[in-house]
Amino acid sequence: MKTPFFTCVSAIISKDLRAEIRARELISVMALFALLSILVFSFALELDREAREEAVSGVLWVTLIFASTLGFNRSMAQERDHGNLDALLLAPVSRAAIFVGKLLGNFIFTLIVGLAMLPLMTALYGLALLDGWIIVTTALGIFGFATIGTLLATMTVQTRAREALLPIALLPIALPFLLTAVRATKGILSGAPAAEWQGPLGMLAAIIVIYLALCLLLYEYVLEE
Amino acid sequence: MKSLPMDLRKDTSPMPRLLRVLTVITVLGFAGTLALGLKVAGADIQQGEIQRIFYIHMPSFFGAFTAFGLTLIGGIIYLARKNETWDRIALAGVEVGLAFSLINLLTGSIWARPIWNTWWTWDPRLTSAAIMCLTYAAYLMLRAGIDDPGKRRAFMSVYGILAFVTVLITLFIIRIVPETIHPVIVGASPQNAQGGFEATSGVVIALAPSLLLWLTLMPITIIWHRVRLEARIEAMNQLKLQALSE
Amino acid sequence: MSEERARIEAENLSKAYGGMPVLRGISFRVRQGEFVALLGANGSGKSTLLRLLSGLSKPTAGAVRIGGWEMPGEAMAVRAQIGLVAHQPLLYENLTARENLDFFGKLYGIEREEREGRIKCLLRTVGLGKRADSLVRTFSRGMKQRLSIARASLHQPDVLLLDEPYSGLDQASIERLDEMLSAGLGAGRAIIMSTHQLERVPQTAGRALVLSRGRITFDDAIDNRDMSEIYRSASA
Repeated sequence: MKTPFFTCVSAIISKDLRAEIRARELISVMALFALLSILVFSFALELDREAREEAVSGVLWVTLIFASTLGFNRSMAQERDHGNLDALLLAPVSRAAIFVGKLLGNFIFTLIVGLAMLPLMTALYGLALLDGWIIVTTALGIFGFATIGTLLATMTVQTRAREALLPIALLPIALPFLLTAVRATKGILSGAPAAEWQGPLGMLAAIIVIYLALCLLLYEYVLEE
Repeated sequence: MKSLPMDLRKDTSPMPRLLRVLTVITVLGFAGTLALGLKVAGADIQQGEIQRIFYIHMPSFFGAFTAFGLTLIGGIIYLARKNETWDRIALAGVEVGLAFSLINLLTGSIWARPIWNTWWTWDPRLTSAAIMCLTYAAYLMLRAGIDDPGKRRAFMSVYGILAFVTVLITLFIIRIVPETIHPVIVGASPQNAQGGFEATSGVVIALAPSLLLWLTLMPITIIWHRVRLEARIEAMNQLKLQALSE
Repeated sequence: MSEERARIEAENLSKAYGGMPVLRGISFRVRQGEFVALLGANGSGKSTLLRLLSGLSKPTAGAVRIGGWEMPGEAMAVRAQIGLVAHQPLLYENLTARENLDFFGKLYGIEREEREGRIKCLLRTVGLGKRADSLVRTFSRGMKQRLSIARASLHQPDVLLLDEPYSGLDQASIERLDEMLSAGLGAGRAIIMSTHQLERVPQTAGRALVLSRGRITFDDAIDNRDMSEIYRSASA
C-alpha cells in the first residue's frame, strides 16, 4: 500500500526542480544575497592580502549559512502556502521520504549557489578557492546545513513568526558544521599539510552522519499534529 | 478539579514529602558548600581571594549540564509517550539550565577581570558557552511562537534534543579548537591556558561537595518546583477555558 | 444493510485543543455509495471532524476506521483510500495542472502509463482538458477547486471528503461541481461533504449529519424534508 521510498523522494525532487526552473524563487534570492554579502564583507573588513587569507573562509561560510537560511525558508514556505504540506501528509508515503526529498532539493539549490561563489571569490579576493578539496568541503558543509535546515524550516514555517525564527533556531545548532567547515577550508587555503585539515573534514562528515540520523528519526514529529 | 487530566491533578496536588526533604537538603547543602569555599579552603597563593569564585563557576556549568540533560531526556520521553509532564520537565530544564549557565558566564567574567585583565574575550570555550545560552534562549522564543499546544510540545521536544549538541560542543570544544586560554583544573590543561591553579587537597575538599550538589540536587529540586508551577498554570488555564465553554 | 461493510466508521471521536473541547464523543458510520452532507455553523467542528477522518490530525479519544483499517496503526492503508478536498486547494502554483496531478500520482505510487491515462481522463471530467498545461497560478478559484477534486480522486479512493467545496464559487461553478459529484466522480464512493449553507445541500445527498457544539444532533435521511426546519431544531 505504501509508495516506495525512492519513488517519493524522486517525485519531490523533480517537482521542486521543475518549480524552481520555472520561477527561480530560491536560487535567485540566495545568489543575490551571497553576492551582496561578499561585497559587503570586503568593504566592511577592508581586507588586505594578509587579512583576506585569514578571513576568507569565514566570509565564505557565514555567507553560505545565511544564504541557505533564505533558501530553506522559501522552499518550505512553498509547501505551506497553499496547504501543500497537508497534501504530502495525506499521501501514503513515509515521513522520512518527504524529509529526504526536501533535503536533497535544498542541498542541490544551495550547492549551486555555493559552487558559483567559489570562482567569484577567487576572482575578487585573489585566493585559490577553486580547489578540489575546498569543493568537497563546501558540498559537505552545505549538506550539513541542509539536513538541519530542512528539519527546522519545517518547524518554523508552522509558527507565528515564521521566517524570522529560522536563523535564530538554525545558527546555534548548525555551529558544529560551521566550526569544522571553516577550519578545514582555512587549512586547505593556507596550504597546510593534509594531516592538519583532514581532522576537521573527517569530523564534519561524522557530524553529518549523526545529524542525518537524528533528523530522520525526528522528522515525523514536526509534521504530525 | 474533577475534569482535570490525571497528570495535572498529580502535579498540582500538595507538595510531596520527598520534595520538602530535597528542598531543605538543597538549601542547607548550598549554605554548606558556600562555607567550605569561602572559609574552609585557603586562599590561592597566586590568585588570592578571587580564586574562590571557582567553587561556583565550574559547578554551575555542571548544574546547567544536568538541567539541559533533563530537557533532552524529557524531549525523548515526551515524543515516545506523549506524557505532558515530560514536556514540562523539558521546559523547566531549559529555564533552570539557562539561569545556571548565566551564573557560569557571570562568575567567569568576574574572575577573568583581574586574572586575564578583561571581562570577556572571544575564546573558543567562552564563545561556545555563550552560543549554548543563545540556543536555549532561542528555545524559549520558538516555544512562545507556536500556538497549537500539541505542536508546541512535539516541536520543542525535537528542538530540545537537537540543542543538546551545543552543550556537548561546549564540553568538548577544546578538542576541536585547541587554542583556548581557558584553564582546565581537572586533567591536563591546554598549552595556552592562563590562570590555571593546582587542584590541591584544600581545593578538592571545597570543590567536590559543591560539584556534587550542583550536578544533582540543585537542578533537580528547582526543576521539580518549576514543573509543579507550570502544571498549576496549565490547570488554571484549562479550568478557565472549561468555565468559558460551559 | 447492516451486513454491508461500513466505509467510514467514527467511534466516540473527541478532539480538544489545549483542554478546549471541539468534538465531544462523535459516532457514526457511512456505507459505500452513501453521500452524506455534514452541516453545522462555523466553529461547530466540521473541519476538525474531516481532518480527523482523513488522518491529518489525531483524535484526543476514540477511533477512526476507513474500510476496516484503523489509524494510526494502519495509516498507510487508510491514506491510500482517502481523497480530501480541503479548504485550501493543496496545489502548487508554479506547476501546471497536469504536472500537479502527475506529482500526486507519483506520491500515490501509480504507474506511469496508468497515471497518464487517468490524468487525461480526469482533466476532461473536471473540464480542464484545454488548460492542462497552464500554470495553476493563472487559474480562477473555481478552476482550482475542480483541479483539487481531480487531485483528490486521482488514486480512486473509496472515501471522498470535501470541506466546504462551495465557498468562493459562483452559481455556475457550484452546479458544475454538483454534476461532477453525482456523475462519474461520486459513484460507488462514500462521500462526506461539509457546508454551512443549507440551501446548498446537494440534491444527491441522501443523508444529513448536523454538528452543533461538537456533538451530532441530527443523523437521518433527508427524503425531501425541509432542511432548514431540521437544522433549526438540531442546532437549538
